Amino acid sequence: MKKLLYKMPESLSGKEFTYCPGCHHGIIHRLIAEVVDELGIREKTLVVAPIGCSVFAYQFFNMDGTIAAHGRAPAVATGMKRARPDLYVFTYQGDGDLAAIGTAEIMHAANRGEKITTIFVNNAIYGMTGGQMAPTTLLGMKTTTTPYGRSAENDGYPMHMCEFLKEAKGIAYLARTKVNTPQDVEKTKKAIKKAFLAQVKGIGFGLVEVLSTCPTNWGIDPISANKWLEEHMIPEYPLGVFIDKVGDEK
Amino acid sequence: MPKVKGYIEIDQERCKGCGLCINACPTKVIELSEGFNSKGYHPAEAKHLERCIACGFCYRMCPDVCITVYREE
Repeated sequence: MKKLLYKMPESLSGKEFTYCPGCHHGIIHRLIAEVVDELGIREKTLVVAPIGCSVFAYQFFNMDGTIAAHGRAPAVATGMKRARPDLYVFTYQGDGDLAAIGTAEIMHAANRGEKITTIFVNNAIYGMTGGQMAPTTLLGMKTTTTPYGRSAENDGYPMHMCEFLKEAKGIAYLARTKVNTPQDVEKTKKAIKKAFLAQVKGIGFGLVEVLSTCPTNWGIDPISANKWLEEHMIPEYPLGVFIDKVGDEK
Repeated sequence: MPKVKGYIEIDQERCKGCGLCINACPTKVIELSEGFNSKGYHPAEAKHLERCIACGFCYRMCPDVCITVYREE
């Protein structure tokens, strides 16, 4: 007899992802869906999709949702949560969305302590538009707009959103994780669960920054991209839990 | 031989052949197929199922949620 251990979670619609081969967006989508299933809140959860590669996120989740203008997902989510406080709202944003054009929205939503959850996917590059420099691009990293590598003098320094946000008093959970090994995938799932619990328990704002790869725009294959993330992104963006007011998972 | 016997199913039409499951599998059950799927990728194929220990690493790393994992009892 076969016992089923792992299968596609109910909170995913089953529609094929439109991401490139090896892109971590799919893993992060699945983790969110598993957490929503485990908490049993699928029919009461709303997704706010960003602009970027994950613009169609609302099609992949088996739940209601909308797309916000570029960077404005936390503002739209604030409106949704305040109009229907009985529902759970999460935003799914990339680094071009959250760390560039949407910096004001995320800072103020976090500072107000809006009871929403944000999943921030940081792959250090603009994916959808063709690999331009993002605020999170590493120093020396070659992109289509920094062909000689990013220089601090010309292009500034990489943006550390978690370190900026950790002073905000409204945040209940703030962590940075990665998903390039199976062990880290499990750790990320726990972090995402806590960020949702911060909202379910009504404590405050929850944000998880997930370091992710972009094999297509980094110009390497998916397995080397996982190694590149480990070697180059981790020294710049150290992992960790910055704020945890949620306590244990009970 | 490991005591736990596993079994995996791969949705080859959904697979994009990225190879992350092959890299994650500790017992090297999965290989890329020689054939193509309708998208034009070489999908992953469970060629050595007798070695599967139902650890679920392939499922965890698959970015397209193509893999279903069972444990034989």
